[in-house]
Order: sequence, then structure tokens, then C-alpha cells
Amino acid sequence: MPATYGITDFILSNLLMKNILENMNIMNKVTTMAATAALSMAMVTVSVPTLAADSSEPIVIPTHNWSSQIVMAHVIGQIFESIGDIVNYTPSDSQTVYESIRQGDITISHEVWESTFGASFKAALDKGGILDAGTHVAKTREEWWYPAYVAELCPGLPDWKALDACADKFATADSGGKGRYLDGPMDWHGQETLDRIDALGMNFVAKFAGSASALWAELESANAAGRATVVFNWSPNFTDAVYGGDFVKFPDWSEGCKKSEGGDGKCGSPPAGWLKKAAHDQMPVKWPHAYKTFTNISFTAAQIGAMAAMVDIDGLSAEDAAAKWIGDNAKLVASWTNS
Amino acid sequence: MRHLAQHPKLTQFGLILLAFAILMYMAGDYYDIITHSGTFNKLVASGEIAGATGFFESLRLLLNGTLPPQFVRIPENIVWGLPELINSSLLYLVEDLWKITTVDPVYGFEKNTTVIKEFTRGLAGIILVMINFIREFILGGTKTIASVMGWDFIRDTKASWPALPWPAVAGGAFLLGYSLNGMKLALLAFIPTVYIAIFGQWIPAMETLSFILVAAPVSVIIGLSLGVLAYKVRTVELFLTPLLNVAQTLPHFSYLVPVVTFYGVGDQAGAIATIIFATPPMIRLTILGLKQVPPETLEAGMMSGCSKRQLLFKVHIPTARQDMLLGVNQVIMQCLAMAVIASFIGATGLGYDLVVALNSLRIGVALELGISIVLIAIVLDKLSLAWANKSVDYLAELPFHVRHKHSLMFLAILALSIIVATVVPHISEFWGQMFYLIPENQGFSTDVWWDKLVKWVVVEFRSYFQIFNTFMLVSVLIPMRDAFLAMPVVATFTLVMGVGYMVGGIKSSLVVGGFLLFIAASQWWDEALITMYMTTFAVVASVIIGLTVGVLAARNTTATKILLIICDTFQTLPSFVYLIPVIMLFGVNDVSVLIAVIMYAVIPCTRYTIEGLRNVPPSILDAGDMSGVTKWQRLIKIEMPLAFPHIMLGINQTVVFALFMVIIGAFIGTEDLGRLIMGTLSKANAMGNGLTLGLCVAFIGLAIDHLIHTWADKRKKILGIA
Repeated sequence: MPATYGITDFILSNLLMKNILENMNIMNKVTTMAATAALSMAMVTVSVPTLAADSSEPIVIPTHNWSSQIVMAHVIGQIFESIGDIVNYTPSDSQTVYESIRQGDITISHEVWESTFGASFKAALDKGGILDAGTHVAKTREEWWYPAYVAELCPGLPDWKALDACADKFATADSGGKGRYLDGPMDWHGQETLDRIDALGMNFVAKFAGSASALWAELESANAAGRATVVFNWSPNFTDAVYGGDFVKFPDWSEGCKKSEGGDGKCGSPPAGWLKKAAHDQMPVKWPHAYKTFTNISFTAAQIGAMAAMVDIDGLSAEDAAAKWIGDNAKLVASWTNS
Repeated sequence: MRHLAQHPKLTQFGLILLAFAILMYMAGDYYDIITHSGTFNKLVASGEIAGATGFFESLRLLLNGTLPPQFVRIPENIVWGLPELINSSLLYLVEDLWKITTVDPVYGFEKNTTVIKEFTRGLAGIILVMINFIREFILGGTKTIASVMGWDFIRDTKASWPALPWPAVAGGAFLLGYSLNGMKLALLAFIPTVYIAIFGQWIPAMETLSFILVAAPVSVIIGLSLGVLAYKVRTVELFLTPLLNVAQTLPHFSYLVPVVTFYGVGDQAGAIATIIFATPPMIRLTILGLKQVPPETLEAGMMSGCSKRQLLFKVHIPTARQDMLLGVNQVIMQCLAMAVIASFIGATGLGYDLVVALNSLRIGVALELGISIVLIAIVLDKLSLAWANKSVDYLAELPFHVRHKHSLMFLAILALSIIVATVVPHISEFWGQMFYLIPENQGFSTDVWWDKLVKWVVVEFRSYFQIFNTFMLVSVLIPMRDAFLAMPVVATFTLVMGVGYMVGGIKSSLVVGGFLLFIAASQWWDEALITMYMTTFAVVASVIIGLTVGVLAARNTTATKILLIICDTFQTLPSFVYLIPVIMLFGVNDVSVLIAVIMYAVIPCTRYTIEGLRNVPPSILDAGDMSGVTKWQRLIKIEMPLAFPHIMLGINQTVVFALFMVIIGAFIGTEDLGRLIMGTLSKANAMGNGLTLGLCVAFIGLAIDHLIHTWADKRKKILGIA
């Protein structure tokens, strides 16, 4: 980002600073400038009578720790910049971000996964201070998953019965002869996993990885050695492009089939979850144009996958990947900013 | 019998073990329940087993040779409510006490807030402005200008502060090193700066640097002031000591959420968490240094007619300098150790990039980022040391251009690099970038090689590691964990308090018992036992390895030097870097966690063993040689005993390092306190849980610390080296 500041900016800003500082009447000058700015902006807004001008304060976009989210943050940020807003990026935890949005420390969140963040998002909605800014076209999926080559090691996949039949191929040192399913951290949905294994009477034990990185390490290790493995995964994710692979097919999900909801627990995860956007409740007033644009923005699963691949596979920086994506999809972007 | 009477300690220990074994046996039917972590509490909650029995029923059970349930696990009690109490008190402080309403001047939004919240946010704002100022001085940007002129000004004028070309900064580092301590330091500052730039890590590295350059001085100033205050006012010291003890053993992750609640997210929050972590050693070493100032020096100061102020600044602090410098060094190391962890609450820079790289499994990139963190630590450490040791020449009266020759040279370099950065882009866009700010994906990189190396090792050697893995898990670790869990709570207390009694009498017994009681009364005793099992294993293994390596290396000067460099590197290299390769080799299990823990915890033990042995006065060794001792005798009878107090300090550090790392092991996947602490990170209302869990970890550390210290002090008295 700072690479774009040329030497002309240097001279320009220096001259400006100097001019202002030389003037004894600094405050006066600033007020005049602010007034001019306000005037000129008022003239601009005449053409768009319904909306006031966006605030010049920066819109704060959170970056989490996975690539697609970061690229998307920069895509949205660059779109906001293109309509004249100032944007800041802040690293943030993907669960506590909703609390930060409520407080106004962060302005938006553009990847609210139903399954993982649905609860935190809903809790924040109930407390107030946060808005539901619409839903992406992309549907999300989360389930037991295996990389493509495992299909050859265990014929009959993706059916869960076939997986259960070759459980011994998935055994590890501490699984006591049963197959080992590597789940995400226990507090993601650990009890549900245990309930399901129990309800279906599977010949598997669940092991809980401590972080997403641990899942990928296991995946890469198994991949390098051509060893059978089944892990928790989701889509869209960078693994789609890197490994290929499939979700295990469990008995169909239906409303209330999970044990925690009173069902018998003999079912998989919901086939398609929503991917929402959230915004601080002052955004429509403070940045009406940006908010309007933000509600229009909607990504497909393929677009999200492509963004992740530009960073994870092509080695672009997040900023460059975002700029490239916007260049490639200029028409789509224009339809978001103009309507 | 005579034999037992001659060895009273052995007899005591035998009795304790006997009592322990009987109590273990008396767990009876509970054995199967308690070896599964968390099951006991679950069964009590669902009413399948009773949590406690009445007095007569308990007596009956005891006479029958079984323990009543409340002796197996402490039933629900007042401590279980502590997390909620802490949480609601903290929330009350920030959200309910002393409410005020602020109105947005432009939009008229009314915001209900409290004075405390506005104050902490204001403080965070000041820190953020400082970080941004340093950051934008190097990297350019608009935030600093905006904080003076307002954002409207930025939007309307598009003004932004330009970045310094990296060659200017590198040249500055060279000159700074040269002016402080000559050519050697100049190169030591210059080469890492160039490395960071050409490896394409300039931007994140400078982001991290700007954040350290605020956090470290603030920590030093706070540490120094509190240290001086504690030295002057006894009450302050009495109040501070337990706080420091807890602060130095509290896992970092347990106070991240409270920091976010009070200070928001972002670089400022990261800096504040870092300050909390980095200040305690500074306070400690300041107090230590001041206490060691000889009274003669003070008297000399007073005789020369120093005022109180002069006595403090001209006599006390300069005399205690050596310890304080060690404190500064510790602060810098601690700050960089927090670089990754601070990114969990919004700090940008190398740490954040490292976490992102690991999340998409780019191990090589993560390693390079980790190395940059180590390099920044080394450069800052050496520069600050040289700066503090530089003596001022008060007498020299030099002309302006000589006195300021380094500043003038810097200006020349700056001008030159600006000219280069301006002209070259007209010739070649690529080289223009190379002389200004090298973007992250344009620099050199060795990451592909590292990734290939890791993959090769995994493919070629994993099957051998698997044999070791299975053996360790099935024959050592799982039985050890089950044994820890199988202890009824009374048995644990008998053992620990018994050992406490042997080491330091009734007092020690009560101290460790008190620490333990808090943990046992919480609802996380099972998880704490797992933490204890992993820590115990890691500490024993680390001490064995550390002592062996240390003793072997200390015999040779070159080996000593190399090993100390390795120790320095691994202490500042973020442990996250090797977590992933370890998982790839050993899988998601306790073997991986323990290997990662031992890699980190072995450092202090090795370092202190080497330092201790190398510092044995040569005259004593000569005396030994003259009396005709063998090499072995010399080590066992002379060197080890004399180095012993220092080595004990190292072992003490090893315990703390092991505990911290066991908690970080939760990233691999554990079932201990660390997993629960990590779980609180993603919950906005889990401040109480995080802090209480952190206290549990701290108390484990403090109990062991107390035992080691008491034992070491006694030994020192016996050896006459106290």
C-alpha cells in the first residue's frame, strides 16, 4: 500500500504542511479549508439527492487469519476507496469481531459464516449496535472431508458406511485401533461430532485439533505420504484448489435432527449455510454510499475460491490480488457501486 | 531400623508414598470415572453419582476402605462462581459505573459510555498515535497527519507522508551502530536490516518495530518507576511482590480478552498486552539492582551533598545499572516474544503475517518471518546495550561538524537515497521499487526450499518417527496421564503437601497446599492435572537434556559460544514456527505438544548451566587440580556445587517456560487448561474464565517455584554460598 506514494506526494504534502504551519492563523486556515471541502461536497451531493456525503473518517475493515477473507477485505476496501472513502484494515479475531463492530471499533464484517459465527453474530444482533447487511450468493458447507487421493484408498467413498468399513486405514497411534477423525477445536462443535459418532455407532474416534493450522498440517503430512486421512473442513476454502477432495456423505440433515436439538443425531451437517455481511449500526448514516455499496456486494463460492488461490497458489500479495480481481470483474463492481 | 533413623528424609518420603499409595487404592470404583477427564463432574451434574456424602456415610465408606466422593474430587463450591464474579465486576467497571453520554458532534449519535471506558480508550488512543507516528515516519501514511489536521484534510488534499526509502533506514542503522560502538556493531545493525529488506519483509518488519519502539520504552519507564517506588516504600514492595509473581506466571492468553474489553482491538491493544507482559522483569531487576547498591557508595553521595533527587539519579540508578540493563534486555526480548501473540488482538506486522502464513501452511514464509523477529531482537538488544554503556565525554569541545558528523552523514545518506528512489523508477519500475519499499512478494525468498525440506523429511522419516511416536504414546504418555488423573484429590494433596513439608517444613507445606486448593476447588481440576502431567514430563526431560548439553558444552569455549547463540535464537523465534513441522512429523497428539514444549523449555536450563559452570572462579579449579582431582570429581565435587544456585535459577525458568508452552500447545490440540484458555479468546464475555484459568496455571507455576526456591536456599546455606 505505501508503495504507491511517489516523490510528488512527498513534495506536495511538504509544501502544504509548510504553507499551513507558516501561517500564524492555523485554525482559521483549517476551518476555511473544511468549509470549502464541505461546500464542494455539498455540490457533489446535489446529483445524488437521496444520500448525504460519506464521512471522511476511515471505514475500518477487519482482517482475519485466512487468505480469502483478507483478499476480500482488500477488494471491498478498494471499492470503498474508489467511491472516495478512506479505509483502514485491522487484524481481528473472527469471533470477537462482532463485539468490536457493536462498539464501533470496526465498521464491517464481510464473512459471517452461519455455522461457525452464526451464534456470535446473533448474540451481537440481540444486544444491538450491529446490522445484518445482506447475504452473499455463496453457500457454505462444513463436514467431514478427505483429499481426493483418499477415494482410491477407501473404495465406496463418499458414503459414510464405506468410510466406516475401512476405519482401520484411518487408525493412528492413539486411536486404539479405530479410525481417527481429526475435528476442529473442541469448542467449534465437538459435542456434535461425538454425538454423531455415537448415534451412528461408527468405528471411529474423534481427535480435536487445536487450530485450523493443525488441521492443514495433518492434511499436508498425510498428502505427502499418501496416507489415508479424514478431517474437518469447509468450502469455500483454499484446500478446494490445492488438494481437491470431497465431503463425506452422511444421512441427510433435517431440521432438529441433531441430538442437541432433541433428534436422534443420525445426520450430517446442513447442506448449505448462509454467508452474511454485518455492519456497525451507524454506518448507514456516517457512510451512506459505502453502506449502500456494501449491501449490494455479493460474492459467489467460485469467486471466493479464486481470490484465495491468487494468494495461496500464485503468490500475489493480498492488495495486488484484490486489485487484479477488481480489474477482472470491473463490470460487476460497477454494478455494485452504481445501483 | 538404624538405617531409617540415619536417613530421616528418606523415611519421611517413604511414609508419604505409602499414604499416597493407600489413598490411590482407596479410589476403588471411581478409578474408571476419573481417568476420563471431566466425566466425574458430568456424572455428578446428571445425578448418576453423588458429589458428596454426609458425615456418617463418609465415615462408613472410609471404614470400608473406600473414599467418599468429596475426597476424590472437590464438589461444586464457591470458587466455581469466581469466573462469573470477575467477569461481571470487570463489565460493571467498563459499562455501568459512572455512566456518561457522549454526543457525536457531526451526526448527533448519542453513545452511552462510562468514564473508565473513555479513560482507557483515551489512553489507548495516545499509544496508537505514538505507534502510528513512528510507523509512518518510516513507512509513510496518513494517520499522523489526520490526527493533527482531521480526516477531511486528508480526503480533500490527498496529502500523505512519504515513506523513507529502505536504504536510508539501513544506512541510519549502520551509522547508529558505528557511532555507538564502532564498525562491528555497525555491521551487526546493517546486515539484518538489509536482509529484512531484500527478503521482502520490510513493511511488516517496520510495523513490528514501530510497535516495539513504543511498548519497550513504556515498559522500561513503568518498570523503573515502580521498581524505585518499591525500593523506597516498603508497603509498595509487599503489595507488588505477589502481583509480580502472578504476572510472570500468568499465561499471556488469559489477559488478552480483558485488554480488548478495556482498550479495544488494534496495535494499541497489542502494545498494552505487551507492556503488561514485559514490565514485571524490569521491576524485579530494578529492585534487585537498587538493593545491591553498597551503603558506602550512598554515604559517599550524601557526603558530597547530594539532594534526594541527585542521590537517586546520580548515585542509585547509575550504580544499579548492570541489573537494570539486564532488565532492559529482558524487556526487549519479552516484547518480541509477544509479537505473534499480540496479533491475536489486532497488532499488525511480522506476527500477524506469520499466523496467516501458517494458516495456509506456508511454513517457509513463516520461518523467514520468524527469523526477522529474531534479527530485530538481536539488533535492538545490542544497540540498546551499546547506548547504555556509552560513556559521555564531558570535556571535549568539538566543532559542530565533528560533533554532529554522524547526523550529517545520515542526512547525506537520506538525500542520496531519496534521489535514487526518485530517479530510478523513471528508468525501471522494478528497480524503483527495489530502492524504495520492496513489496512482500518481490523480495528474495527461500520459502520453497524450506517447504520442500519439511516435506522431504516427512516422506522419508515419518515412518521411523511413527515407531517412536507409538511407543511414547502407548507406553509412556497415556499411562502417565491416566496415573495423574487417577489420583483422588486427597492423594494429590498428601503427596504435594508432604513433599512441601520435606522441603521447607510446615510453612512450605501450607503454601503449596494453598495454591493447590484453589485449583482443586475450581471446576477445572481434571484439566489442571493434564497440564501438570505434561509440564512434569517436559520439565524432567528438559532438565536432563539441558544439564547434559550444558555440561558438555561448557568444557569448550567455541561450543559455549555456538550454544548460547542457539539459545538466544530459539528464545526469540516464535514457537508457532515449529509447531506445524512438529505436527507434520508426529501428528496431532501429546508427543507433538511435548516435543515443542521441550524445544523451548530446554533453553534456560542449558543457558544457566553453561553460565554457571563457566563462572566458577578459576582459582578454585586450580586448587582442585593441585589436590589431584579427576575430571569427574572436579565436575561433581567442585563445579556443579558452585554453579548450583545459578543452575537452579535456570531450572526455575524452565518450569515457567514449560508451563507457557504447554498452554500454547493447545494450538496443536490438547485437553488441558490451555485448550480452555484458548477457547475464551473467541468469546467476548469470557474474561472471568480466562483470568481464573490463568490463575490456575500461575498457581501451578508458583507452587513449583516455591519448592525449588526453598530447596535451593537451604542447599546454598549448607554449601555456604548463600
